Amino acid sequence: MNGTVRVSRRDFLKLGGVAGAGLLLGFRLPVREAEAAEEQKPPYPPNAFLHIGQDSGVTIFVNKSEMGQGPYTAVAMLIAEELECDWNRVRVQPAPVAAVYNNPMSGMQMTGGSTTIRTEWVRMREVGAAARMMLIEAAAQNWKVSPATCHAENGKVVGRHGAWVSFGEIAEQASLLEVPAQVPLKDPSRFRLLGKPVPRLDTPAKVNGVALFGIDTQMPGMLVAVVERPPVYGGKMRRLEATRARAVPGVTAVFQIPQGVAVVARDFWAAKRGRDVLEVEWDDGPRAGLSTAAMRQHYRELAQAPGLVARRDGDPEGALNGAGKQVTVEYELPYLAHADMEPLNCAVDLRADGCDVWVGTQAQTGNQLAVARLTGLKPEQIRIHTAFLGGGFGRRGNPHSDFVVIATQVALGVRRPVKVIWTREDDMKGGYYRPLWHARMSAGLDEGGKVVSWQHRIVGQSIMKGTSNEKRRIKNGIDLSSVEGAKELPYEIPNVLVDLHSPEPGMPVQWWRSVGHSHTGFEVESFIDELAHHAGKDPYRFRHDLLARHPRHRGVLDLAAEKAGWGGKLAAGRGRGIAVFESYGSYVCEVAEVSVDRTGFVRVHRVVCAVDCGHTVNPGIIAAQMEGGIAFGLTAALYGMISVENGRVLQENFNDYPVLRMDMMPEVEVHIVKRSEKPGGIGETAVPPIAPAVTNAIFQLTGKRVRRLPIDPTFLKS
Amino acid sequence: MVALTVNGRRYEVEVPVDTPLLWVLRDNLGLTGTKYGCGRALCGACTVHVNGKAVRSCVTPVSAVIGKEVLTIEGLAPDADHPVQLAWIAEDVPQCGYCQSGQIMSAVALLAANPRPTDADIDQAMSANLCRCGTYPRIRKAIHRAAATMAAGGHR
Repeated sequence: MNGTVRVSRRDFLKLGGVAGAGLLLGFRLPVREAEAAEEQKPPYPPNAFLHIGQDSGVTIFVNKSEMGQGPYTAVAMLIAEELECDWNRVRVQPAPVAAVYNNPMSGMQMTGGSTTIRTEWVRMREVGAAARMMLIEAAAQNWKVSPATCHAENGKVVGRHGAWVSFGEIAEQASLLEVPAQVPLKDPSRFRLLGKPVPRLDTPAKVNGVALFGIDTQMPGMLVAVVERPPVYGGKMRRLEATRARAVPGVTAVFQIPQGVAVVARDFWAAKRGRDVLEVEWDDGPRAGLSTAAMRQHYRELAQAPGLVARRDGDPEGALNGAGKQVTVEYELPYLAHADMEPLNCAVDLRADGCDVWVGTQAQTGNQLAVARLTGLKPEQIRIHTAFLGGGFGRRGNPHSDFVVIATQVALGVRRPVKVIWTREDDMKGGYYRPLWHARMSAGLDEGGKVVSWQHRIVGQSIMKGTSNEKRRIKNGIDLSSVEGAKELPYEIPNVLVDLHSPEPGMPVQWWRSVGHSHTGFEVESFIDELAHHAGKDPYRFRHDLLARHPRHRGVLDLAAEKAGWGGKLAAGRGRGIAVFESYGSYVCEVAEVSVDRTGFVRVHRVVCAVDCGHTVNPGIIAAQMEGGIAFGLTAALYGMISVENGRVLQENFNDYPVLRMDMMPEVEVHIVKRSEKPGGIGETAVPPIAPAVTNAIFQLTGKRVRRLPIDPTFLKS
Repeated sequence: MVALTVNGRRYEVEVPVDTPLLWVLRDNLGLTGTKYGCGRALCGACTVHVNGKAVRSCVTPVSAVIGKEVLTIEGLAPDADHPVQLAWIAEDVPQCGYCQSGQIMSAVALLAANPRPTDADIDQAMSANLCRCGTYPRIRKAIHRAAATMAAGGHR
């Protein structure tokens, strides 16, 4: 078996976080916050990212959270490729929090935005290469030969004169050398690991119950808490009657926290039983009247008037008015929950001199700062221990660290290690959704079917407002994540307008796998399909012709069409639809084959996916992310909807917020385009094209255009 | 005091008899491989075997398993080498991994009842186990692979 690794909490307790190098020798040195800031620039200190034991075992400290998208394997591959270690001796540990581990795109330690390979592609290879050079240098010194006469292979330094030494034997000596300033990297033609479907390092621990997620955290003397929160987001407690709750065996404390009422007990079930008999009266506050029906109406009205301009090419209004044929349609997408399989949770051990937080998180720095603010401790006194994440999809990177804040508030009340677990219902109703979106789109076509004007008006809440990303992502009042994928419209159209309204209805919103692309992908790829039909052209050829200056879009479009047998015969009762979309520097085209029965029930039978993400690190993981992104996007297309009435979220569990099940999973075929551009993102990029590929196929089959998600079977009933 | 047998070992725990088996496993016995996902038998993350049958431990009161054999992911094979586990590794099935204990326990129960399942059989047996990462195509392949191994005389 390749690279058996157990990334368990037990292991990382043994390592003792950042500074506890006691059991380990060699490259692993403590990274102190003060000097770590310096360390963000090359040369990178290999000791922050890898440790070589005396037995030549290599431990790689990964600065990205593992939520299924594969960084524990892919980042390790980047380092191991250049280090020339024995891949079977590689183990992975989550990195602690320090500036050296920051994501260069955000200046914080976080995982999101499909940034892992994009940001670490060069840096992690340099780390591996620097360590290799230091090992070679140390061996060469001992042998009194020139380093140029030595090379590294499979965990050994080998000299031309026939001598060899294992990495483990030389590691400590190597660690005392200067980190080289110049670190040349391998030519890709010599890659042994990169570009190969190397099995994931975390798989063995995920088939035997050993992998530890945040919810599995156990500490001596630990209590478990659940929190009753107001039914309307931001509501305030008016009256609390906790006598019955306190009488439940096992309940140790019931108290108010800023965000609700904590019920603390010796275990989860006692805490939940205690909460079940709480009597709380709430003041619903200013959001008592919130309703998604009213918001939809309001958004439709807003879409009638111009918004802030995100892109203007030529004279879109004039060209539209002068066009022989004008088309105006509206699309709508609902609030969505992330519905990670692991409900939110966080364990906190707060002491006078420091605080340990065990959590599946995408936002370590943000969490650390939030705990510091609440406790009055210094950030460096807060140790964030990143567990495996039972799904993330953006939710575990909450910009306000909501689930960490709540757990810390509970910890402040009990002064003992405590783990706060959200029930599925707490998670579903607990806020932070993909925003509701409304888009009004207009186009003008000339007599020859050429598109002369394209207008895309977007209405929806800003995700970035009020977050640490605000400065970086909101320009001139425009949240770039609201218009991403619309502003970058690749189709060659002479007159283009993209404008934006950002209403503030007061719903807690957050990034959700593929963020703005999750709505613009549907809008752009539905509308271009509509225009193809208005122009009397084949939707694949129509796109192809408009993408002459976008070879990478065209590459995946052509490949997917070819592999799907576009234009060829389909089984009776099947329709075929196509969509192509760029996000995070990667290009994905999906062709969906669907059927619709008399009741309007939609089944997606087959999806052919072509992806161009530049250089590939691990094609196995890329294929898995495509399969998974398609499943995730299909859940949204077929079922996903969070609705609100009287300020209350109506959905509560998988009965009324369904997730795609195996019997509805299409056959998925993934084709990866071989390219040598720098890598694009992969975790989110399969999501945007799937909904429009499906609804375009439905149109091809039934002549009915689905403009509102989720797909409504009653609309498709024949 | 409730006495129960889990993975061949006898335990006595002091819990109310209506406590779901899931929370006894997780909080009292420290067997955290079995996961909480929904609490209402909607997702399958908590699947364990009781007398060889797959059950949702989140809605099974501990009183219902007194005198019965409970098997969890931790007890499936001493060296984690059950053909289903090996097939999961060979197909690199898990992504986040959270649902996979439940998926594997459901798959093992399926194969015990139906050693050569068709795709339709797999869909029917496995559709009660949700996976938000969309590992379904690989789960299907892994079940076929495990079925083939077991038919060829792979152990269990």
